[in-house]
Amino acid sequence: MRIGVLGLQGDYLEHHQVLRRLGVETVDVRLPSHLEGVDGLIIPGGESTTIGALAERYGLMEPLRRMAEAGVPIWGTCAGMIFLARDVGRPQPTLGLMDVRVRRNAFGRQIDSFEVDLEIPALARVGDPRPFHAVFIRAPRIEAVGPDVEVLARLEDGTIVAAQQGHLLATAFHPELTDDTRFHRYFLEIVQQASRR
Amino acid sequence: MMNGEVQRAYGTVTVKRGLAQMLKGGVIMDVINAEQAQIAEEAGAVAVMALERVPADIRAHGGVARMADPEKILEIMEAVTIPVMAKCRIGHYMEAKILEALGVDFIDESEVLTPADEQYHVNKWEFKVPFVCGARDLGEALRRIAEGAAMIRSKGEAGTGNVVEAVRHARAIMGAIRRIQGMGEEELVAYAKEIGAPYELVLETRRLGRLPVVLFAAGGIATPADAALMMWLGMDGVFVGSGIFKSENPYKRARAIVEAVTYWQEPEILAMVSRNLGEPMYGIDVRQLTEAQRLALRGW
Repeated sequence: MRIGVLGLQGDYLEHHQVLRRLGVETVDVRLPSHLEGVDGLIIPGGESTTIGALAERYGLMEPLRRMAEAGVPIWGTCAGMIFLARDVGRPQPTLGLMDVRVRRNAFGRQIDSFEVDLEIPALARVGDPRPFHAVFIRAPRIEAVGPDVEVLARLEDGTIVAAQQGHLLATAFHPELTDDTRFHRYFLEIVQQASRR
Repeated sequence: MMNGEVQRAYGTVTVKRGLAQMLKGGVIMDVINAEQAQIAEEAGAVAVMALERVPADIRAHGGVARMADPEKILEIMEAVTIPVMAKCRIGHYMEAKILEALGVDFIDESEVLTPADEQYHVNKWEFKVPFVCGARDLGEALRRIAEGAAMIRSKGEAGTGNVVEAVRHARAIMGAIRRIQGMGEEELVAYAKEIGAPYELVLETRRLGRLPVVLFAAGGIATPADAALMMWLGMDGVFVGSGIFKSENPYKRARAIVEAVTYWQEPEILAMVSRNLGEPMYGIDVRQLTEAQRLALRGW
């Protein structure tokens, strides 16, 4: 299994490190040709405006959309989630693949960034349903989801912070900043299922 | 978080260092008004530094350089969706408190401003907002981290358009990190003392093979090639101060530097983005500066 990590900007190295710890081969994706032979793709945290601008200038938008349409799983964390969304409420380049409405900087500025334990029942699929320690940094939230989107996690006040639409996965927080590998394993399960098909 | 109780923790080391991790592979640009901030954001900056004057003008203006007018900082915060940083003077606890109260996303305790305390830097642990500090070598970087800095940048020689000092500082830090990889623990104790850094942080740096926080280049970066050079030297990203808005075509140059930081390993792309950028900022030979004019020598 080969997982690509979009390396235009952000904390892509942290994703590579978690994946390698899990024994998975990873590739840096900066140009369309780097997508060849990739079984799944992670879009890391960072600045969504920067990632979007670079993806547009270097011809990655259409290849990424085609890849998703062909069934290759994609997971976006934080900025990655924004980049996957259909609607972000302002003009900036996004892939528009996930039927969600996302609000950027939804919790405020950096001083409002926080850590919290989340209940994520879906993690039982990788054998361990204990709370997940989630890190939110100038994080977005999901304001509305379409009919094909499954909500995976909410904050105590009901705010949606993780969702899945078939082979597409989005988290408002950063599993790559913790030692907990369950979310990465959860994504790898989706990749495995997709490649069996 | 005990007994299954859901409690949010704010201002932790993880969220402070984490924001710096999100900036990696990006360019942070100095801006002095809302219009420049929007140009920076559109060009692909990951953050902007809100200033009253860019370092080249601070140099030319002389006198005491202080924290910017809060009105100016708020104007810039309202103009963009990316993080906004602002500078306080070295050791100026109250300027830092004011910047935190304004809600800036990162504070740069900066030698570009006139130092307020010639002995101590701000104790950054007691703030919820993260700090970035300048460093010339590993000892200085680790002292700042010991005081709570969540991010380190080279000092370079700001406002000169001359990358030579940023290269010197980057090489000093990266070279020292490589050297400690080969040291035994008994050597490390003596080395920590020699460079004036806490032993535990020297040990952690050796174990990680890098600083425990994100390390950016700053000071004198003026071209896409300069930015790519700093990435090649192992920096996580770059600050560009006077280099953008003191050049002939700021938007084009800003965009080119953003692309150079992402594609520093692709010389063909660097060649393409470096074409036709117009005049860069006028540079200064650092050797022509007197000690009093050298900003990098500030900080202890």
